[in-house]
Order: sequence, then structure tokens, then C-alpha cells
Amino acid sequence: MPDERPPRYIDGVRSAIAAEMEADPDVVLIGVDVGEGGGVFGATRGLHERFGAERVIDTPIAEAGVLGAAVGAAMAGLRPVAEIMYMDFVSVCLDPIVNQAAKLRYMTGGGARIPLVFRTQTGGGRSSGAQHSQSLEGMLAHVPGLKVFLPSDPRDVHDLLRAAIRDDGPVVFVENRRLYNRRPADGPWEPLPPGRARVVRPGDDVTVIAWGRMVEEVARACDEQLTDVGVELIDLRTLVPLDLETLERSVRRTGRALVVHEATADFGPGAEIATRLSERLLYEIEGPIRRLGAVAAPTPYSPPLEALALPGPEAIAAAVRGLLED
Amino acid sequence: MSTDDHERLLGDLRTMVRIRAFEERVSRHFREGLIPGFVHVSIGQEAIAAGVCGALRDDDYITTTHRGHGHCLAKGLDADGMMAELFGRATGTCGGKGGSMHIADPSIGILGANGIVAAGLPIAVGAALAARRRGTDAVAVAFAGEGTVHSGPFHEALTLAVLWEAPVIFVIENNRFAEFTDSEAMWRGDPLVDRARGYGLHHSERIDGNDVEVVRATIEPLVAAARAGAGPALVEAMTYRVHGHYEGDAVPYRDEAEFERWRERDPIARATAALEAAGHGDAVAAIQADADAEIDAAVERGLAAPYPTAETLLEDVHA
Repeated sequence: MPDERPPRYIDGVRSAIAAEMEADPDVVLIGVDVGEGGGVFGATRGLHERFGAERVIDTPIAEAGVLGAAVGAAMAGLRPVAEIMYMDFVSVCLDPIVNQAAKLRYMTGGGARIPLVFRTQTGGGRSSGAQHSQSLEGMLAHVPGLKVFLPSDPRDVHDLLRAAIRDDGPVVFVENRRLYNRRPADGPWEPLPPGRARVVRPGDDVTVIAWGRMVEEVARACDEQLTDVGVELIDLRTLVPLDLETLERSVRRTGRALVVHEATADFGPGAEIATRLSERLLYEIEGPIRRLGAVAAPTPYSPPLEALALPGPEAIAAAVRGLLED
Repeated sequence: MSTDDHERLLGDLRTMVRIRAFEERVSRHFREGLIPGFVHVSIGQEAIAAGVCGALRDDDYITTTHRGHGHCLAKGLDADGMMAELFGRATGTCGGKGGSMHIADPSIGILGANGIVAAGLPIAVGAALAARRRGTDAVAVAFAGEGTVHSGPFHEALTLAVLWEAPVIFVIENNRFAEFTDSEAMWRGDPLVDRARGYGLHHSERIDGNDVEVVRATIEPLVAAARAGAGPALVEAMTYRVHGHYEGDAVPYRDEAEFERWRERDPIARATAALEAAGHGDAVAAIQADADAEIDAAVERGLAAPYPTAETLLEDVHA
């Protein structure tokens, strides 16, 4: 019997790639185990059979070479979706991302076109150890020329990935593996373009800004521990482009804001967002805009230690209550 | 030599002389402070650029290095735009945003000089993969120095090129120095051509990179083979870096006797001698005069051109 439940987050990944490959013969998928193996998480299962080995390209474990080749293929007319199996592995292939893809359009005065998606995933909290758990989106958003998308919703992952593939510039697309089995909530769905944040639940007391898995962690904190507080939860969706307008509108109304991310708090994206909002709203807010992220330590392996390292509902609820006391 | 051979050699000499004229002016104007930043010139290595790019079409791809002026000129980029780019002007190839190490024009297959050693090799492999995937018979050439071959992306690029049977030719210009270091001092194990064979390339050969006829004769069949689906090949072209790593490098590490020996093998002098002996002295003189006039005019126009306006600062960051 066919599964009639709404598609999971991971199904959204697969259906987005399939739809774009169907629409445009120049879209190719390339990476370690993306083809016959269907991806280590199963995200690309079936695509190899459907589109063939010429378009769903298995590679050796040679990330720097593969991403460099993806940059060249993009400049020569293809529209590659290149997979980096774990976000931690960007460290072995930063040059094609940071020095090549991000800069070539600018350095050539607009002469080079780099329609290229770097698909990767992150997700701490499952004892994957310090080299398979990092959220490095702040590092990539720091480099001018890269866009950075981080979907939290099973429907949004499809919309945002299709937009990423259609973008004529390089996009880092960050999935969260702990969301892969999520199915969407009931209710209507309004697709939004990249660069537009989504108000997930409205509220008047505090604005909480999150992305990726932290969106559901904040929702859980609200449902379980903050039922007496009017939290406005905003899913940022894309760090670059950054939708400051939606954030500003909300914070101007609530007067209080917290940014929650899985990335390390120190020098993290929350600092940038808090600063940008403070610069605009300093005399209209009730207190400092605060951040909550992972502690400044490599991600520990042992489950109780890792639970302490990452933001969870208790820490989020405590941070929101702290804001209300400012 | 047949008449065709003479015509081809005259054409390649013209390319070499234009490159030399360009590089000599770059060197001079850098010393005069007219070119900002830093520059690397390819004086003495012109035969490789001319012989290789002479065998390519407009729709073929090249990637090059920090020492890439010659390859770009030989692939068809105009000297005016390049010189203006080096002066940082709005009329430069990249609107003044790239500079010497980042000149590129994908519309004629120049996928970029590159400031990162070895970065161009995987890019060329990807372009070759795209050409095949899109059903064309275009090929890609990755120019790199011998200092590149120890790096990870070199190994990864050759591995991928062989796996994908990519129509790419790796042209390694062995100019004796990796920055300030004697390349032989950094070498153990098999010679490069043997290493390359180990990856499964269909052809790998060391040639005299200061003889443009040898370069041409080596590259043309490899390009034809790549177009026909033979897959990747590697050529190690032996040459000598006549100037320092960058302009201003006093080259205290250079062996003067070796330098003099290589000066006697200057690729332009050799081609000139062959053509003059065949009775083409007038044509050779005209090539020199044309090149001087062309590059002097490029300098003049470049220096007269405006700098980019402030409005362009944030243009082309994103698509």
C-alpha cells in the first residue's frame, strides 16, 4: 500500500533534486556514495537508477578534487549539486568553496557564472564525536559570495533546495540529519523565497530567532515550559541572504530577542544577528539581545556531556525567562 | 620545413613575442610603481603557452596559475584588457577586480589564473567532464608548475580525470623553481612522467619546453586523442624561470652558470634563428615591431583608463 503520509524532510531533499534534474539536463549530482549507494542517509536513493551514472556521479573520497571539479563543471555550463557528507568535512575542501566558488564571479567582474550547490548536513546530539557534529554555518556565511540555507521544515527543505539549485551562484545547503525523519505539521503551507524569514508562531513578549533543528527545540521549550510567555518564534531559513526586516519588525514590537543556534556561541552567527539588530533598535529594546549556542568546546562524545554542550528546551526556557528579567 | 610549417612557426613566434613584450612591460611598470600588488612573469617560458594554446580552439578550456599572463594571451585574451586589469582600471578584463592572479574570461574558455597552487587542476577536470556531459568535443588544459605536483589536489585531479576519462591534458611547466626552492631538492622517488603513468593516464611525456615546435608537435596529437575520447594525458615541459618568483625577487638562490646555459636556449631566439635561416627575416622583424606597438598601445590606453567607480564595489558578489 502506498504511504499516504506527507513526505518526510529527507523525502523533500530527494524530491527537490529529482524535480530539478527532470527540469534541467545540466543538473548533475556528485559526491561520495550519492549514486548506487543512495547516500549514507538515503537522501539520494533511487536517483542513480532514474537518471543514470552520467548525472548521478559516485566519486572517490577526494573532497577537494571533487568540489574543485564541481566549480569547473559549473563554469563550463553544468549545474552541479555536490555533496559534502558531513559539514565537518568542509575543512578538507575549503579552497574550492572559499577561494574559488565564492570569489570567481566577483574576481572576474561578473564574467564567471557558478551555479553550484554544496549540499551538506549537520546535527549534534547523537554521540557522533567532535569531527562529525559541528555546525559551521557561521564560518561559511562569513565569506562574501556564498549563500547559506538551513531549512528546518520538511516542506521548506524541498522549496529551498529547488531555489538553491536554480540560483546562478554558489549556495551552501545545510540539512540537519536529526530532522530527516520529520513529517510536516498539519495546516496550510505558504512557500517563501530564500532571504525571507518565517514567523512560525506569533507572540508579543519575546522574539526567538532560530534555524535548523533549533526551531523545534524552541517550539518544545514553548510548549513544555513557557506556556505563560508570548514567544514569537522565527525560523530564519537562510543566513545569507539575511532577512533583517522581518527580525527587526518583530523585535521592535516585543522589545526582547534571543538567537538560538546549534553552532558554538563564541564568534557565532548569533553575535552578528544580535549586533545588527542592536545597531538598529538600541533605544527601542528592553535589554540586550542575547545568544544561546553550543559551549566553546569540541563536541563531546559521552551522551550526558553532549547534552550539556548543546542548547535544549531547558536552556532555551531559562534564557527566555532571563530575558524577561532584563 | 614545409611552407605550412613556416606559417605555423611564424604564428607561434608571434604569440611568443607578444607574451615577451607584455611581460617585459609588466616588469618595467611594476618597478616604476604603476602596477599595484605583486606580479609573476613568464619570461623564458613562452614556448609552452604558444605551442599548447596554438593547438586549442576558442571553445576549449584552460586553467592557469599565478604565472598565467602568457597562457591568457595565447588563448586569445586581448592585451588591452589584460594590461588595464594589471593597472587596476575599469576597462580591465575583470573590471579591475581580479588583477594579475585572477584574470579570466570564461567566454573564450579561460577559467582563470589562480592564486592558489593546484586549484586549477580539479577545475579543469570538471570543465572537461562538463564538455563531455554536454556532448561537445571540447578539451581542457590545466597549466601548472612542477611545485604543484606534491599537493593533494594534483593527486585528486589525476585520479578523477582517469576515472571519468575526462578530456584534459595536464601541462606541467617545470621551470626549475618552486618559489625560492630548487625543485630537485624537494623530489624523491620516480620522475613525474612515471608517477603520472601510475595514475593510469594514457600518455605521459617529458619534453623540451623551450622549443615551440616540440611543444606543438607533442600537444596536437594529445588534443586530438582527447577529443576522440582517449582520456587524460600529462606533459612535463622543461623550461627555466628567467625572472624571480615575483618581480623584485633578487634570486640569490640562482646558479648563474645554469642560468646562462638556459639563456642560450631562449625559445624566442631559437624560433627566430630557424625562421631567419629559412629566409623569413623580414617577417620576424615585422612580428617584433607589431608586438612592441601593440603592447605599448595597451600600456598607453591602460594608463589613460579610469579606475572603477565606487558603485562597482559591491557588484557581482552574488548572482
